[in-house]
Amino acid sequence: MQGWFFVLILVLTACALFYIGRSRAVTTVGGDATILHSKPGFHGAFVMICGLVPAVLVFLTWLLFSRYLINAYVTAQLGADFANLATIEQQALLRNMRSFADRADLSSLAALEVAAVEHYRGFVATAALLVQVIVAALVVVGSWFAVRAIKQELRARQFVEKTVMAVLIAASGVAILTTIGIVLSLIFESINFFQKVNFLDFLFGTHWSPQSAFEGVGAEATDRNSEVFGAIPVFAGTLLITAIAIIVAAPIGLMSAIYLSDYASPKVRATAKPILEILAGIPTVVYGFFAALTVAPFFRNTGDAIGISVSSESALAAGLVMGIMIIPFVSSLSDDVINSVPQSLRDGSAGLGATKSETIRRVILPAALPGIVSALMLAISRAIGETMIVVMAAGLSANMTVNPLEAVTTVTVQIVTLLVGDQEFDSAKTLAAFALGLVLFCVTLLLNVIALRVIQKYREQYD
Amino acid sequence: MSVEANMAATAAKAPAVNTGKVKMSGNGVNVFYGEKQALFDVDLNIYENQVISLIGPSGCGKSTFLRCLNRMNDTIDVCKVTGNIMLDEQDIYDKNIDVVELRARVGMVFQKPNPFPKSIYENVAYGPRIHGMTRTKDELDELVTSSLRRAGLWEEVKDRLDQPGTGLSGGQQQRLCIARAIATQPEVLLMDEPCSALDPIATAIIEELIDELRANFTIVIVTHSMQQAARVSQKTAFFHLGKLIEEGPTDQIFTNPINKKTQDYITGRIG
Repeated sequence: MQGWFFVLILVLTACALFYIGRSRAVTTVGGDATILHSKPGFHGAFVMICGLVPAVLVFLTWLLFSRYLINAYVTAQLGADFANLATIEQQALLRNMRSFADRADLSSLAALEVAAVEHYRGFVATAALLVQVIVAALVVVGSWFAVRAIKQELRARQFVEKTVMAVLIAASGVAILTTIGIVLSLIFESINFFQKVNFLDFLFGTHWSPQSAFEGVGAEATDRNSEVFGAIPVFAGTLLITAIAIIVAAPIGLMSAIYLSDYASPKVRATAKPILEILAGIPTVVYGFFAALTVAPFFRNTGDAIGISVSSESALAAGLVMGIMIIPFVSSLSDDVINSVPQSLRDGSAGLGATKSETIRRVILPAALPGIVSALMLAISRAIGETMIVVMAAGLSANMTVNPLEAVTTVTVQIVTLLVGDQEFDSAKTLAAFALGLVLFCVTLLLNVIALRVIQKYREQYD
Repeated sequence: MSVEANMAATAAKAPAVNTGKVKMSGNGVNVFYGEKQALFDVDLNIYENQVISLIGPSGCGKSTFLRCLNRMNDTIDVCKVTGNIMLDEQDIYDKNIDVVELRARVGMVFQKPNPFPKSIYENVAYGPRIHGMTRTKDELDELVTSSLRRAGLWEEVKDRLDQPGTGLSGGQQQRLCIARAIATQPEVLLMDEPCSALDPIATAIIEELIDELRANFTIVIVTHSMQQAARVSQKTAFFHLGKLIEEGPTDQIFTNPINKKTQDYITGRIG
């Protein structure tokens, strides 16, 4: 409720400041707005920005850091009684303090906790009042200076434009900072992991069974742990399934793209393309049970019939369904790329007596290659990141095999199984998930870089 | 017949204007784009080893007629052609005609240079490759070289045949397209405003080239520039609103036109 009230006040203040600035600008020049350097609206925005931006920044800072201030204050007030507690008890006490802050009945709490709640209430009441006063003062002072600054030649337009740019920079900054933050957290957790398990054993080990780690805790536990965290089988599984998916999706997607762009009548195209794109909208879980309940049993039965043993959870089933899942990425993007190859090239080729398929093979596809490669790369990263289908259709056992008829597992699936369940967060087993994530991130990054290189190389040749 | 022999055989002096063999002819050609009729009952003879210009204001049907001559209109679904167009006594709209072979015999150069995104060599070798015209790599090399020579581009590109054709200047690109068209050893070359995207110097080079190519090919050129028509062609045909108004020797069309519309057009009063 308080939040809504705050937003309401903010909006009202903004409107008021805008109106004040606007009318002040008009009165400054005696009602003739045409002689102002900037239009009155810019003056209004100028006052609004000067009044609100510093105040909002202060308020946000308070929201972010008040928690630490409160903890520090309460800790200091409680003194030795608090300091003597174990870390975990201190944390519990602070948690209790927060949850009981709004309640009248404190009878269930220990004396120390009651004291903490009272300090907390006292501090928050004072601090909140203080912050409100500061914010209000900032609004008043900021807008007062802004209103004073309004005159005929004030460059309010440039000021507003700069603010717009600052907002845009902040927005892209959020995206970049988030990326950096995620990568850093991956790296730090992975470093923790590699203190427990040798880096090379992890990267080049061929045995993956983290569930059996810590069976015999003892002197040689660390040595034994290294042996169960070999990531090669997991990455091999990812590679195998992704390869199968691409082998399925690349030709089918590309050929349907060629049909849609060069052979289909506009009417067929208008119907077929959306239908193909619906494939991309099917949740992967649905693909998952399609794979597990229809495709995998089909392969097993067929295998039985012709005397080949097929595991009921196989890389082939998962890869095949995953391939079907990424067909729309390949076909839809390639179709756009092929369509953007100029008609003049098609005419030129036809004018030399080439047939339609010769034209496509020798002129259109080479010209569209960079776009097709990037479509494929997008599809590959989609396939590498896919989890659900593999969980349901390919199993969890980390076999090191190139036989698509056996069960395999992938990096993403292993990350899920490592983190699901009741675990300590600092065991090698859970930290292994971060290491896997980091390596996966590096692999996808590498793929993207290679794809960009390929595209650039052919751009130079084909533009 | 080898390339050289073919050249020698057709390199005879060009015949005088209204004589010579009829290479292609249109008889009662009507073209419809859906409901709309774009050409009305056009009769036109095209003589061997001559350049004929098709002139007229925009939308008069001259490009449509040109595109009928190698059935490029086939790629447009709603386009329908009636009447007949003969190439060496053979109706090119006959059911038994292989369009692929027809287009190899009647090559085309387009308004905007459209080299393929391939190397200069591959651009010229494209036609011979798809038609399987050469037996060995050496033969193909020779054909590419001679085509580039005849298009007057050889000296400029001989050291960079492996560079992309799209990297050439506009005029060079258009000559590359001409080289590409003549590499399939066509009998007739159709040119659809080949100089409209080029500067005056590149235009002059191409015009000179057209005059040289006349020795070996029959050339039909659509142009908006009457000076160009006067400079390069022996015969001129004037189209207006889908009808062929007048045709005849270029000199006569430009100095002494019979029809008033022709007179108005060449003096700049219509169009």
